[in-house]
Amino acid sequence: MEKGTIPMGHHQPRAKRLSLGLVAAMALSLAGCSIGGSPSPSNVTLSFYYPVAVPGPITQVIDGYISQFEAANPGIKVNAVLSGGYPDTLTKIETTIKGGGTPPDVAVMLSTDLYSLVDSDAVQPLDSQIAAAGGDSFLGDFYPAFLANSKYQDHVWSLPFQRSTPVLYYNKDLFTAAGLDPSKGPANYAEMVADAQKLTKADGSQWGLEISSDGIPYWLFQSFVIGNGTNVVGSAPNKVDFDDPKVISALQDFADLSGKDKVMPTGILAWANMPNDFVNGKAAMIWHSSGSLASILQQAKFPVGVSYTVGENGFGAPTGGGNLYMLKGIPSDHVAAAWKFIQFMSSTDIQADWSKNTGYIAARPASYQTSAMKDYLAQTPQAGVAPEGLQYAGAELAAHDNAQIQKALGDAVQAVLTGKSDASSALAAAQQQAEQILSAFKD
Amino acid sequence: MSRRSPRARLAEAVRLLGLAIVALAWALPLIWTLAVSFHPPDEPLSASNLWFGSQPTLANYGQAFDIAPFAQYYINTIIIVGGILVVQLITISLAGYAFARFRFRGQNLLFFLILLQLLVPSSALIVPNYATIRSLHLFDTLVAVMLPFFGSAFGAFLMRQTFKTVPQDLDDAARVDGASWWQTLWHVYLPPARPAMIAFALSSISFHWNDFLWPLVVTNSQASRPLTVGLAVFTQLGEIGAQWPLVTAGTIIVVGPLLVLFLLFQRQFVESFLHTGLK
Amino acid sequence: MAPIQVRPRRSRAAAWLPYLLLLPTLFFVALFTLWPTVLVVHDSLFRSDSSTPVPVFTGLGNYAALAADPAFRQVLINTIIYVAVTVPASVVLALLLALALNRRFRGLGLLRLAFFYPAILPMVSAATVWLFMYTPDYGLLNVILGIVHIPSQNFLGTPGLALGALMILGIWKQTGYFMIFFLAGLQGLSRDVFEAADLDGATRFQTLRYLTLPLLRGTTLFVTTIAVVNAFETVDQLYIMTGGGPNNSTGMLLFDLWQTLFSFFDLGKASAISVILIAVLLLFTVGNFIYMERRTTYE
Repeated sequence: MEKGTIPMGHHQPRAKRLSLGLVAAMALSLAGCSIGGSPSPSNVTLSFYYPVAVPGPITQVIDGYISQFEAANPGIKVNAVLSGGYPDTLTKIETTIKGGGTPPDVAVMLSTDLYSLVDSDAVQPLDSQIAAAGGDSFLGDFYPAFLANSKYQDHVWSLPFQRSTPVLYYNKDLFTAAGLDPSKGPANYAEMVADAQKLTKADGSQWGLEISSDGIPYWLFQSFVIGNGTNVVGSAPNKVDFDDPKVISALQDFADLSGKDKVMPTGILAWANMPNDFVNGKAAMIWHSSGSLASILQQAKFPVGVSYTVGENGFGAPTGGGNLYMLKGIPSDHVAAAWKFIQFMSSTDIQADWSKNTGYIAARPASYQTSAMKDYLAQTPQAGVAPEGLQYAGAELAAHDNAQIQKALGDAVQAVLTGKSDASSALAAAQQQAEQILSAFKD
Repeated sequence: MSRRSPRARLAEAVRLLGLAIVALAWALPLIWTLAVSFHPPDEPLSASNLWFGSQPTLANYGQAFDIAPFAQYYINTIIIVGGILVVQLITISLAGYAFARFRFRGQNLLFFLILLQLLVPSSALIVPNYATIRSLHLFDTLVAVMLPFFGSAFGAFLMRQTFKTVPQDLDDAARVDGASWWQTLWHVYLPPARPAMIAFALSSISFHWNDFLWPLVVTNSQASRPLTVGLAVFTQLGEIGAQWPLVTAGTIIVVGPLLVLFLLFQRQFVESFLHTGLK
Repeated sequence: MAPIQVRPRRSRAAAWLPYLLLLPTLFFVALFTLWPTVLVVHDSLFRSDSSTPVPVFTGLGNYAALAADPAFRQVLINTIIYVAVTVPASVVLALLLALALNRRFRGLGLLRLAFFYPAILPMVSAATVWLFMYTPDYGLLNVILGIVHIPSQNFLGTPGLALGALMILGIWKQTGYFMIFFLAGLQGLSRDVFEAADLDGATRFQTLRYLTLPLLRGTTLFVTTIAVVNAFETVDQLYIMTGGGPNNSTGMLLFDLWQTLFSFFDLGKASAISVILIAVLLLFTVGNFIYMERRTTYE
């Protein structure tokens, strides 16, 4: 009946794994390591859904973590199911729940899915487990920016797992050629425009800047807003703040890049094409996910600089990516095991390894102090830039009926960028539309 | 037709050349996709580096297979398409036989009800059909992809037309010989209906092989996804930007075998489309 | 020689037999066409979304909301434009190609293949290829434009161009398919009529207009019907290439339907959009049928 518990490649005989697990557990305890203080639950099989948004041998990496976890936690097995992209994971879970099936125990879903999940009563809070693990000091080990989308109704609902922010990539060779200092990127919007103007060639063969606006335009737009000292996120999940004057100004800034300042091509640029344009030298600066670093470095034949996205006041960026949630309605003997798994996957070493393998930002500062990570940073110093930028980060746009709210803002951005509307009318319309949708939710 | 004057021959040659150019334009997207699939993955594509790159490689195909289980998708698609076809052939033969050779009360009403399937396409009904699949607890199964198509109005009417062309005498003779209805169906009606059934089969296979929205809606994991959804998911790994050599390799993996099969059975394919169309 | 036992014909078993034979087909058609149609009309009258987990009766509320939504109006307009352009374009082009290819010459098979192969590809793969073709700068289309000194266009990112770009893809994909039908139609026409016309001194154009086209009416109607239904069911390329953007300029009915339920979780509105799609298609199919009946009775 449960559709989610199809094992994906875990077919080693149980006896063999149990004995391996026992040996490992004994060895570890002999070495003086304690594996969680509480008695481990006996013979629980967890199911774990995770989405993939980056190419690469992700399943092998996850399988490796699971083997490690199972070895350290005899009596707990984990069936990992690769559930497609983020929307697929959310759909699958909502469908299973509404269809009366048993949901997976742990799932990675967007941090911004929080309100949808709580609205459909799909997830359970982690308060008691966090309190037992040290409460505020436990949470203090994570980057605060990554916890911004985890709290609702005085509960904590998720822990960060695979997170990212937009960053600014720049072509150091082109900077030098234009007389700009290649050791750092622009510090604010005005500087970015000035730099871009020096980097734009009149014949259109080279543009100073490219920022995409297809797909989910609200995300990169949030950098302009947060860098302008505010955010579009409201004080509660049934409120948004799209028509604040600073937001309008931020959208105008975005539009001016291709309009007034002509440092960016006109029209809606595609996210998928940005890295290619960058490594081809067509764009001297692009805004893209911190996770694109590895593939950009692989293809670029010039030194690549990484800096932060900016608004008028300075640096600013939203966070993005997925968190670990514990689903509701799972058997009570699974809860403790699921919590252990969540703790494990968000732990320092696993996060460091996951970050190296995928390009996501590790959830904890401590991960960047591990020797494995330090070695990696020695070879690829650019990877250390994004985590430093988290101090300038703000919450990602999240509200009830998230997809529609995000589309309302995204449509406003696109309308202004294509010249169909001006910033204040577009945002006023988006605010009105959002308020109408959100009015049905009482918070 | 008049004899070919040199002018007519020249005109003919020009027309042929024009056609050839247009045909080449038609084929170009595929040719280009094939070329780029051999492009080295870490060489960026640019206006001056559009085709095979500095050294063509098979690496993209290897990586594509690592990332997405195309073999699994092929198996799923074959099961789905084959399963639908087998059940359809049974249901349409039975239904066609009923309409062709029997008089029964409510015949016209039932005919009309089944006809409605031709008026309301399945794609407009994904919302309620999705709900049905969920309430049957069949979400994310191969069966869910197949189920709505087991009954085919188009096939039933096609069989009806075909069976009607079988002379009544043969049917009567079989009855006199003591044949039961299914023996009659099997021995008298089905053999001459073979071309129509093949035509229907090719039409059904190509429709369901290429179907995207319905499988997207009712499947959610690699174990039950067909090639179309698998390819779409593969191309949507969008976090880090487009990897065209990789994506084109995935595309060729999906369409390559189809095209080869088509090349081999070109004539039958084309003729089957004609057969089902012109009535 | 007949065997000893003679079964009575058309009695006893025959009474319920046809019903039994029809049962499987009827069952599936009822479950996946008839019942859902009723259900979708019913659900469209209720408000049912993330804020209203228990459906609330709202009469025509969903339809009113759609009518008042500029984005949905844009979707309707886009859909109508798409149908109005791609259908005549593909049908006419297919006819022209069929006329051009309707003779024996070496390489005919190859040419025919070149035009027809897009029809057998899954649309998602064709869309992936054309997404690549339309990429600014190094997409093949822009490279070709560059050869004739036209600057690179952001086809899929410019509201005025995106729908046109999708239309070109649609035409590329299905023209070859229709061409085959016209070829068959042409080859089925008897030569005598054409020879008589030729002897009478008819020009090529006259032959085409007064002879060929009327004789091909059945094929034309058939092909047009398929083209219209296909056009209304456009969705695969939207999923892959534009997601309905930029700025809702490529949103179309079926994609909007899918997005409304599976991204926005609004069952009521999605049902309403489904009803609208069904109604539009029914309108066309029935209208087409009546038109066909009228024309044939005039003959």
